[in-house]
Parts: sequence; structure tokens; C-alpha cells
Amino acid sequence: MIPMSHYLIVSSIMFFVGVYGFIARKNLLAVLISIELILNSVEINFSVFNRYLYPDHLEGMFFSLFGIAISAAETAVAIAIIINIYRVAGNIDVRHIDKLKH
Amino acid sequence: MIGTLIVFYILAAVIVVSSVLAVTSRRMLRAATFLLLVLISTAGLYLLLNYHFLAVVQLSVYAGGILILFIFAILLTSSRGDRTEAHDRQRMVWGIVTVVAGIGITTWVTLKHKFLYSDNPTIAGDQQIPVSRIGHALMGTDKYEYLLSFEALSILLLACMLGGILIARKR
Repeated sequence: MIPMSHYLIVSSIMFFVGVYGFIARKNLLAVLISIELILNSVEINFSVFNRYLYPDHLEGMFFSLFGIAISAAETAVAIAIIINIYRVAGNIDVRHIDKLKH
Repeated sequence: MIGTLIVFYILAAVIVVSSVLAVTSRRMLRAATFLLLVLISTAGLYLLLNYHFLAVVQLSVYAGGILILFIFAILLTSSRGDRTEAHDRQRMVWGIVTVVAGIGITTWVTLKHKFLYSDNPTIAGDQQIPVSRIGHALMGTDKYEYLLSFEALSILLLACMLGGILIARKR
């Protein structure tokens, strides 16, 4: 049996790598990829806690399912906004996006 | 038993290396490919946890759907090569400090804390969850059943589909 803490360490590494990307990257799509990493690590945590601490219940697995669906929705809208920003501003660098209207 | 452990460590190594490469790679298409590796390995972790349904959903929604969206967006928004991003030393240093501190604190807390049942192999059973149970829980209205959130989620998906079309269409 794999110890539960190993799963948690893997997911925390994934989470903080995502946080690093969120801080350090400037391409909007790279920021979005970092957010995906963060959400994915959270979903791993939900299902690991469910499997190891409450194996008779299904709540953690359903939270993971709903999390996957919500992150799909969020990604779709975010990519639509990014494509629109590209059309208006010409690039998707977060340093150059400082106007709400033009 | 030992095989499961080896598979877990392979998946963990793939996850760690690919996620680091996904956020540090200068080329966006490579970053998306490493994200794909991370997501597939996560599906492998779900299989190790005996959540087969969750692994299939992860593969089909994340690796099948979201990655395609990402690749479309990268190809649509990369104009003059996709390596235009310059380094920013200060942000990188602060990011690395945050990451090292965060990983240190969470690892310390995780290893120090005694989880109930965490070392009991009989509890975290090896049987997989039947899909009929998942379906009943997803479509029921009793306690621990999720019809309302399921329907709210379907409305959310419809709304964001319409929103995506409205935002991204040509005027």
C-alpha cells in the first residue's frame, strides 16, 4: 500500500510549481496552464483523502468530478477572452495589457 | 504490491518533471505537451486509487478536451514565433522563494501529521466503485446525492459555451 503522504507530497509539488508559473510567467496562456496544474493537484488531493480516510463514501470523488467540469468551463471562457485580447491588443503578454478600453 | 509502488514512483517522477518543464518551457506548444503528460499521469494516479471512472473522465475531459483548446489557442495567438517572453529576474527569484517555502511547509506538515487509517491497508480497499453507484449518487436527491449540483453544472456549461461563442466571435 502506498502511503497517503506520498500522494500528498506529489500533489503539493504540483500545486507549488503551478504557483511558480502563475508568478513568473508573462504569457497569458502559460498562466492558464499554471492554473490547470493547481486545479489538478487539488483534485488529486480530494480523491486521495476520500480513498484513504473515508473509503465508504464518494464525496471526494464527486468533488473531483465537479472540479474537472468547472475547470473545463473556466478554460473555455478564459481562452475565448485570450483570443479576443489577442485580436484587440496584438499580443497576450500580461505586461502590455493595461487598458480596459481602447 | 511492489509493482504498484514502482508504478506510483514512475508516475510521480513524470508528474514532477513534466510540471516543472510545463511552467519553465519557453515554447508554448512544448508547455502544452508537458501539461498533457501531467494530466495523463494524474489519470494513472486515479487508476492506482481505484477510481476508474474518474480516470476516464480525466482522460476524456482534460487530456482530450482542454488540451485541444489550449493547442488551438496557442496556434491562434503565436504571431512572431512563440519565444518572445523575456526573463524577469525579480519575479523568478520571488517565485522560487515562494515555491521552496511552500513545498517545505506542506511537506513538513504532511509528514508530521498522523492521519487516521492512513497505514491500514484493509480500509483503502482494492475494489473499484461500480458505475451504477456513481450514477445513482449523481442523479439522486437524497443525502450525499448530487442532482442539484449536476443540473447547476449543466447550466454553467451551457452559459460558458454561449459566453465563449459571444466573446470570441468576429465582429
